Amino acid sequence: MSRTVVNAVVNGEPVEFLAGGGQSLLDALRDELRLTGSKEGCGTGDCGACSVIVDGRLVCACLMLAPEAEGKRIETIEGLADNGHLHPLQHQFLEHAALQCGFCTPGLLMASKALLDRNPDPTETEVRYWLAGNICRCTGYDKVVRAVMDAAADLRQEGKSK
Amino acid sequence: MSDGNQPPASLKVVGTRPIRPDGVDKVTGRAQFGADFHLPGMLTGRIKRSPHAHARIVKIDISAAEKRPGVKAVVTGADLDVGAGGDIEAGEHAAAMKDVAANCLASGKVFYQGHAVAAVAATSPEIAAEALDLIEVTYEVLPHVVDVDEAMAPGAPVLHDDMFTKGVTPKPTKASNVAQKHVMGRGDVAGAFAAAEVVVEGRYTTAAVHQGYIEPHACVAAWGADGQSTIWCSSQGQFLVRAMTARILNLPLSDIKVIPAEIGGGFGGKTTVYLEPVALALSRKCGRPVKLVMSREEVFLASGPTSGSSMDIRLAATKDGKITAAEMTLRYQAGAFAGSPVNLGCMTAFACYDVENLALVGYDVVSNRPKVAAYRAPGAPMAAFAVESAIDDLARKLKMDPIDLRILNAVKDGAKTVYGATVRYSAFIETLEAVKAHPHYKAKLGPGQARGVAAGFWFNIGGESSAAVHVDEDGGATVVSSNPDIGGSRASMAMMAAETLGLPIERVRCTVADTTSIGFSGSTGGSRVTFATGMAVVEAAQKVVADLRRRAAQTWECDIAHVEWKDGVATCLDPSKDAKPLSLKALAGKSAKTGGPIAAEVSLNAQGAAAGYGVHVCDLEIDPETGRTTILRYTAAQDVGRAIHPAYVEGQLQGGAAQGVGWALNEEYVYNSNGLLDNASFLDYRMPVASDLPMIDTILVEAKPNPRHPYGAKGVGEVPIVPPLAAVANAISAIVGQRMTSLPLSPAKVLAAMGGG
Amino acid sequence: MVRVVSISSRVRDLTGGLDNFEVDARSVRELLRTLEARFPGLGQLVETEMSLAIDGEIHQDAMMEQLGPAAEVVLIPRISGG
Ligand code: FES
Ligand code: FES
Repeated sequence: MSRTVVNAVVNGEPVEFLAGGGQSLLDALRDELRLTGSKEGCGTGDCGACSVIVDGRLVCACLMLAPEAEGKRIETIEGLADNGHLHPLQHQFLEHAALQCGFCTPGLLMASKALLDRNPDPTETEVRYWLAGNICRCTGYDKVVRAVMDAAADLRQEGKSK
Repeated sequence: MSDGNQPPASLKVVGTRPIRPDGVDKVTGRAQFGADFHLPGMLTGRIKRSPHAHARIVKIDISAAEKRPGVKAVVTGADLDVGAGGDIEAGEHAAAMKDVAANCLASGKVFYQGHAVAAVAATSPEIAAEALDLIEVTYEVLPHVVDVDEAMAPGAPVLHDDMFTKGVTPKPTKASNVAQKHVMGRGDVAGAFAAAEVVVEGRYTTAAVHQGYIEPHACVAAWGADGQSTIWCSSQGQFLVRAMTARILNLPLSDIKVIPAEIGGGFGGKTTVYLEPVALALSRKCGRPVKLVMSREEVFLASGPTSGSSMDIRLAATKDGKITAAEMTLRYQAGAFAGSPVNLGCMTAFACYDVENLALVGYDVVSNRPKVAAYRAPGAPMAAFAVESAIDDLARKLKMDPIDLRILNAVKDGAKTVYGATVRYSAFIETLEAVKAHPHYKAKLGPGQARGVAAGFWFNIGGESSAAVHVDEDGGATVVSSNPDIGGSRASMAMMAAETLGLPIERVRCTVADTTSIGFSGSTGGSRVTFATGMAVVEAAQKVVADLRRRAAQTWECDIAHVEWKDGVATCLDPSKDAKPLSLKALAGKSAKTGGPIAAEVSLNAQGAAAGYGVHVCDLEIDPETGRTTILRYTAAQDVGRAIHPAYVEGQLQGGAAQGVGWALNEEYVYNSNGLLDNASFLDYRMPVASDLPMIDTILVEAKPNPRHPYGAKGVGEVPIVPPLAAVANAISAIVGQRMTSLPLSPAKVLAAMGGG
Repeated sequence: MVRVVSISSRVRDLTGGLDNFEVDARSVRELLRTLEARFPGLGQLVETEMSLAIDGEIHQDAMMEQLGPAAEVVLIPRISGG
């Protein structure tokens, strides 16, 4: 089986790994780089558990081929906290009890980060539609949406005080 | 929000909302779920599945697959060996192990598309996939049946030629698809119907729906050369996995260690085994660790959905709205093997109401579908859909407020249920009243909008549990739980221990132990963990406190009766002694001098679980062009005893409501004429997403804490999925102007009923 | 005498149609023994596949539970859950 060398930047660190032609970025992250925080709920782009940010864009890692990561900047859940300091989204998810089993949580957090990166002040409806690609079977989304709204407020506050 | 019944002021931790002890792992990606384990030399396993709905296996030829380089092991049903013995308690019923084994790997026949027939372990996923293609299975295709009513009809293809309906006297002479008939009842039903002033009736159907946990089943099994093996897996019960795997491979329990991974949702669907015995059989053949992970398609095809159903119901009432009699027939799909939760459907159907005359008949029916698994309040939501729809009919007929009608008929403490239990510590009426007083119920509806109300019941259970409390040398404590934590139970365990010990919550941590590190426990299911395992935690903490008092008395050389334990500090009440209070920290630091480490483990069989009642209110509107329903406002109220961690209790209510809304509106197993599943993906099996739902308001009714639990807890996880089906359907029926009797109420169905489409 | 009531048709299969009868027993263990002796298979069925409502309270595997002289024991299908 032919495998190619892929060079990318993952969570700020340059990495090099071998990828099979048909291998998904999700499998490469999980099996080659052992970054198992990104989850596979479906493998077909329908659940969002594998959400990562590639060059600033939210993608389903299960739909992207690993060799396509060549030269890209990839952000995964493992890089969301900054040197052991939780991101406001992580903090608010915990405060609001916005997770039960936590399997959807990495994907929801990355999708929420991508939202807040581009829209620091989303309405509830905007949050709900943005997160419509991330299925959570446990929470009914109520606390998730509240956590994202509050994290957005925290980030705006942080931005002001800077 | 709470109903205003504040917990007693003496409680410092119970009733607060601390951050869960496993929280940071879950938001940073560190938590290890079933598929996250890697072991050196680990192989990838894959399962070969039936392409047919019903067929006899004529021959399985694995020789080509075995010869493929990189393939290390191939197994079939012949590699399983169900030892002698009875059944194992699991999920909603005792699991017949012969059936569980045949569901893991078919023996002789396949009963549904996706039924496992063989498995391989190989050095890469690609080779494993190739090896599957090299396995040759010769089938003799048989006629199939997927519909429950058709499966009961004379002339239907019979799945099991040794299935003679149980519960029928005399024993039937012909095999059929009806595994069992359940009959329950009391009073003079015919008489009550003859005297009835009002009668409502209907025929209702619900589709099979999947639990829909986002994490597919996954495990790693490693066989040891000495016969001792280890399994890492995500399940609702490590002890259950051990028991079932041991039975299916005929191994002693003590030779299998099951390490529970974090579990990405279960809802009952992970109270059985599909992969673990297969992975271990593969590992046994080649001596290397084997990982098996289901794809989403496999989860839909081959892991348990819950029963689809068909039901007939009749209610008799006085013109004032008092229900005098009810008659109901329930037919539930069991899937390929016996064991639908229809008995629980019968038992729960009228559990909310005090009805003097009752006649219930339930049929457990097999068909060519995956074997059902437990799903949150197994069997109750379908029955409640029919009952709560019929009660809604009654309210409309009598022009009564639907809540007043329910209050009039509600069970009260002391009433006898049809299944023999006496109602105790119930707050159903208080829950109905809380909804009636809530702003949602008083809010005006806009044009084209309607409101639906429905109630629901679940027994809640206790059972066997173990827990340990260890005091650390620095005065903190560790709780060892025996139950996988799906929805935050480590938080509630730590809280109950902290409360009992008098420690702040930050000083107590909780972990979930493997099968070798704690005493036996039943599975996480039936809403039993906070109640039963919580009871074990509290009793262990109480033992620790008793020990701490003894040690303080020893230190002070006073009578133990004079030692008071409060807020984590021992105080000497003996006025003759001049003793400074001793904190837990001080006592823990000196433990070597007072008898050694401070710890206690408790194993118990918790009795006295109290039932829970829920009432949901749903406002919605329908797009007349498309038939699409939009939920506008939703409130879920529940009798919760006392909420240990209110945020996670609210989460249970909200999550259950969302699942119920999906069941009502969209979710269903769709089969084509060949008996093949047409929608085995999240794209085609539509579960609610964030944009489908509004905020879900909750009312935690704490009017009747359960006195049989040290902190008053009742199970809370099952009830919330019971009311939504009818709450949604009642509102839709009001808009459509006719009773909607068949779930899901998909846009096409609603549009057709509105005369469009 | 303990009054035994059954709501399960499985029980009727073994009792020849009886679903309400009296037996002499002072504990659950003794009750199961007596049931098994009187209706072969019933003690086993109750022990492995059923729950008991003893004077209105549901018990699982409560072999040690004492039964009062006028206790009512309802045999019900085992309740578990999701
Ligand atoms: S795993 Fe990628 S979207 Fe589901
Ligand atoms: S918390 Fe379980 S799927 Fe979202």
